[in-house]
Amino acid sequence: MNATVLRAGWSRGVIELRQSFTNGAELVSHVLWPALMVATLFFVRDLPVGGLLLGALALPGILGMNAATGLISMSQQLTADREDGTLLRAKATPHGMPAYLIGKVISVSGGLLADLAIFLVPAVLLVEGLRIGPDSWPGLAWVLALGLVATLPLGAVLGSVFTTARAQGLVQLPFLALVGISGIFYPITSLPEWLQGIAQLFPLYWMGLGMRAALLPDAAAAVEIGQSWRHLETAGVLAAWAVLGLLLAPVVLRRMARRESGSTVAARRERALRRVG
Amino acid sequence: MTRSKGLVLDVEGLRMRYGAHDVLHDVTFQARHGEVVALLGPNGAGKTTTIEILEGFRVRSRGRVSVLGTDPAHGDERWRARLGIVLQSWRDHGKWRVREFLAHLGTYYAPYATPGIPRPWDADELIERVGLSGHAGKKLKTLSGGQRRRLDVAIGLVGRPELLFLDEPTTGFDPQARSGFHELVRDLAAARRTTILLTTHDLDEAEKLADRILVLNGGRIVADGTAAELARRIAGEDEVRWTYDGRRHVERTPDSTAFARELFARHGDGVRELEVHRASLEQTYLALVREAEGAAG
Repeated sequence: MNATVLRAGWSRGVIELRQSFTNGAELVSHVLWPALMVATLFFVRDLPVGGLLLGALALPGILGMNAATGLISMSQQLTADREDGTLLRAKATPHGMPAYLIGKVISVSGGLLADLAIFLVPAVLLVEGLRIGPDSWPGLAWVLALGLVATLPLGAVLGSVFTTARAQGLVQLPFLALVGISGIFYPITSLPEWLQGIAQLFPLYWMGLGMRAALLPDAAAAVEIGQSWRHLETAGVLAAWAVLGLLLAPVVLRRMARRESGSTVAARRERALRRVG
Repeated sequence: MTRSKGLVLDVEGLRMRYGAHDVLHDVTFQARHGEVVALLGPNGAGKTTTIEILEGFRVRSRGRVSVLGTDPAHGDERWRARLGIVLQSWRDHGKWRVREFLAHLGTYYAPYATPGIPRPWDADELIERVGLSGHAGKKLKTLSGGQRRRLDVAIGLVGRPELLFLDEPTTGFDPQARSGFHELVRDLAAARRTTILLTTHDLDEAEKLADRILVLNGGRIVADGTAAELARRIAGEDEVRWTYDGRRHVERTPDSTAFARELFARHGDGVRELEVHRASLEQTYLALVREAEGAAG
């Protein structure tokens, strides 16, 4: 990969990021979800859970969950870009595909970081019982970084597998189900063990746990599985998903890109128009 | 068969099969450097399939294909940088602005500049060239159909391609936009740097722009030549109209001059309002398609 590709990818990412913050509809979506989560925290902040306040417990969980939504945005954008011919345009341009992907990773993760900040700043002011010190940030940074590497390539894979925006919607249902069983809003130890087992297979639970480890006092580990933050396991599971995603994504993306042509885009467009009509 | 050096497109025995169905049977044609070639044919004739194989977007079943000296199934990025592609309907990058998008795409071609071919084409110059100067700051999704089409052509040109594919480029153009577009293509052709392969339904357009016309029907090239050659190839029938004795007459004949002489010899000055219409390319084309369909059926 040469410097031109990196530069082109970077400038794509920056331009798309700017577009998503200067366009009314997208700006609303950047603010709406964090605002809803802040409001949720506001109402539950003083509920006691095992010696802790639910506000403090849920804040890092929400942070982890929001970080994992990068998977959803990645797959949605890929599907949409395929439907409108953006991917085909990349294919018709020399080195267009790698630049497209670099740009997408930059714009999705950049937008995500902004969304996390929009949530975190007011939420921290609202909630009591967090333990935020100088060592919180490195802890938060590695979980976030590893979490993104674990989820974004997966998002790209899902975005390549589903051919229409409508089918894409199906990705969100299992994601929401996972949110329900991953101890985001309430300690996972209150769930039946088989559900805990399922939740621990996926990155979402570990991203929440890692965030709690970074932002809560050590005593809060009492409500976790094994009464421990399980740093090693967190790193291990996220790294495993990262490796899987990074191995799978290039293969699936290449296969998907190979099949793109003017007539496949046109046919998809016609199908979409028929659905509307 | 040796491949001569000036050939930009060299296609021999191209076949495309989907399952048990052949879309292209045996497509053979060539295009020389700087030529404008029109690929003409009814819907479903295989025009888009042919062009997608040449663009490297589709892998052929059989045959030999060389595009700028390279097999498109194995074309690398350097090869891709020498192509310009304008598809039938683009609607990508709706949130990008015209100038921003052209300038961005141009950066991909910069490494492929040569002393003879400066790449990319300057965005502002190109915007002016396709008549979008007043819209440079607009978002792509706010452009009208004709404006979007002109932008697509500009995008196809931004890398200063040596070979440009135009798939039905003027669909949805008003007459003014169409003639502006024709002028652009003629300018490109006059510079003799860009070889152009365009598909169209519009015979008039093919006749105006193309040095050579290929007629594709039922997955075969059924005619290949200049507009005049094609008209000659098919025994085109002229149409003769006249009035005699207050009644209108219409007759079709292969030799309108002899027919008119005969007419005057028979009726003398009684012949009025004589009109002779030469066989048009349109009639030639329809005759070709009918002929090919008759042969297939």
